[in-house]
Amino acid sequence: MCAEHDSLTTTSRRGFLFKLGLALNAIAAALVGIPVIGYILGPVRRSAGQEWIKLGVVGSFPEGQTRLATYENPFRVAWDGPTAKIACWVRRIGGEQFQVFAVNCAHLGCPVRWFPQSRLFMCPCHGGAYYEDGSRASGPPPRGLFEYEYQVRDGQLWVRGGQLPTLAGPV
Amino acid sequence: MPRGTRALESIARWFEERTGVTQALAPVMAHPVPRRTASWWYVFGSATLALFALQIATGICLALVYVPSADQAYQSLRYLNDQAALGWFLRAVHFWGSNAMVLVMTLHMIQVFLWGAYKYPRELTWIVGVFLFLCTLGMAFTGQILRWDQDAYWGLGIGASIAARAPVIGSAIVHALLGGPIIAGRTLSRFFAVHVFLVPGILIGLIGLHVWLVLRLGVNEWPMPGRVVDRETYRKRYEEEVHKDGVPFFPVAARKDMVGMSVVILAVLACAAFFGPYGPNGAPDPTITDASPRPDFYFLSLFALMALLPPWTETAILLVGMPLAIVLLLAVPLIAPAGEKSWRRRPVSVLSVILIVLVVTTLATLGVRSPWSPIMDAGTALATPVAYVQGRTPLQLQGALVVQNKQCRNCHSLGGEGGSRGPALDGVATRLTRDQLIRQVLQGGGNMPAYAKNLTPAEVNALVAFLESLRPPNQSPARASFTPRPATR
Repeated sequence: MCAEHDSLTTTSRRGFLFKLGLALNAIAAALVGIPVIGYILGPVRRSAGQEWIKLGVVGSFPEGQTRLATYENPFRVAWDGPTAKIACWVRRIGGEQFQVFAVNCAHLGCPVRWFPQSRLFMCPCHGGAYYEDGSRASGPPPRGLFEYEYQVRDGQLWVRGGQLPTLAGPV
Repeated sequence: MPRGTRALESIARWFEERTGVTQALAPVMAHPVPRRTASWWYVFGSATLALFALQIATGICLALVYVPSADQAYQSLRYLNDQAALGWFLRAVHFWGSNAMVLVMTLHMIQVFLWGAYKYPRELTWIVGVFLFLCTLGMAFTGQILRWDQDAYWGLGIGASIAARAPVIGSAIVHALLGGPIIAGRTLSRFFAVHVFLVPGILIGLIGLHVWLVLRLGVNEWPMPGRVVDRETYRKRYEEEVHKDGVPFFPVAARKDMVGMSVVILAVLACAAFFGPYGPNGAPDPTITDASPRPDFYFLSLFALMALLPPWTETAILLVGMPLAIVLLLAVPLIAPAGEKSWRRRPVSVLSVILIVLVVTTLATLGVRSPWSPIMDAGTALATPVAYVQGRTPLQLQGALVVQNKQCRNCHSLGGEGGSRGPALDGVATRLTRDQLIRQVLQGGGNMPAYAKNLTPAEVNALVAFLESLRPPNQSPARASFTPRPATR
């Protein structure tokens, strides 16, 4: 009777079997756990999230005006539905000189709206306001609007985007 | 005895012989509790549990129809609202149940705090309770996302923008949260799994632990001033009292719990039937930029705080203040594990509760009105009050048009209509002189953008002429301090 109980730590065969059980389970837990964590953190990749996207022909953006343009998220999946679409504000200063702003307010990401008459962007959430060049006019935003990198190629306007613009990862 | 009853009894006996459930549970149900705790003040915990059961039942029903996919979720919610038999009612019950759960759980928390229930030996019960509270708020936030409308989309944007403020790992947190670089299909799937599997699983486990601790340590006695908690003697004294002057939990205390549970459930059902389901509000199309996202009520206070804090304190308060508040909440029983339990002898505790409740409700009330948000369609939707155009010169009338066209009323009200981010313009001429008006319009300042580049000199002239006319007839216009006073007769 006693022999069955005393052997957890001794070097008997039963003790070995107990330790083997512990070790095998630890290995199994690690082999399950590591891929699970890797899977959950899969979306965390630094450089991913930037790609050149065509916004449209330069001629569709009148000089001196700011217009809403939309594009499809380059990293879309088939089931994204309406959320695959992303909007941005395109300001054509003149010629091939542009400014392309993210719609997301630099404060907490709400969609800013352009008011052509007063030439201001206003945010509906906490009242941030920006001038037409994207610089901060008033309210809580800690900086100006997030601005896309752009290119004009063969008469087309391209921007580099694809990730949610935030203070940690501006477009 | 009628035949049917006898048959039922024999079936019950058959099960009891094999499971022993009654034998095991009877002493648990009948365990003695302090007499005075059979009180209406002690019903909030069981009422929260009842609401949780309601949420599970209605949640499973909704999952029978809801499609957790970004391209179909919105339509499936509309289908639930408009077409599925009683779908609208189950959605409404789930929504009102979630509101009630947050509310009743908060009441439970306030009650046990004021009654000193977190003191020795029930520290862990409180700590588990705080985690239950946090998980419930997590359910509230993720549930709001599953509504997959404009509020959900931009709410996620706000959540991500807050997370992004974390130094170094901000971007990693955002991507892990969203399941990708941007809010899209993978985000909804993630939040669905968290809302339906992960957090409910944690909640069930923690509730088991919480109830186990309550049963093992006994219901907190009614606190009496002067009856100080002492680690050496507390448990012995509690046992003695409960056995000398206790009442069986079932049915004496449970009667009130049962009434409390049914009252909250009936209230939720009544709200659901009367007010119906909430949302979904607008398709989750991020190219519709005229959305004005608002959080559900439990996050309105945070929403208000983000508008009212000085901008430079925001990141510190989000990243340090909020975690600190949670740590403080968890540490309550470790800070004051013994001593007085009665609220009559704990003025700091009572004042803290009053202060926190006042702050949260005030902020939430402000969040409903959100006076800091511009009225985005004021320029086109509001009429200029007739009194402000009557008898005006052509120049002043042009100025009235400038006020309208340049979206001044998004932030400034006129005749009680318009935004309240800036001061009302009625009577502005009694506060600012002509020069001050011009300077304010051109240079901005004090939360107002500068309009120098956006107005022609003629527009400024007209605007200021109109603003100068905005004063009650019996009040004199503002004067610069160096203007000599007219000699009084």
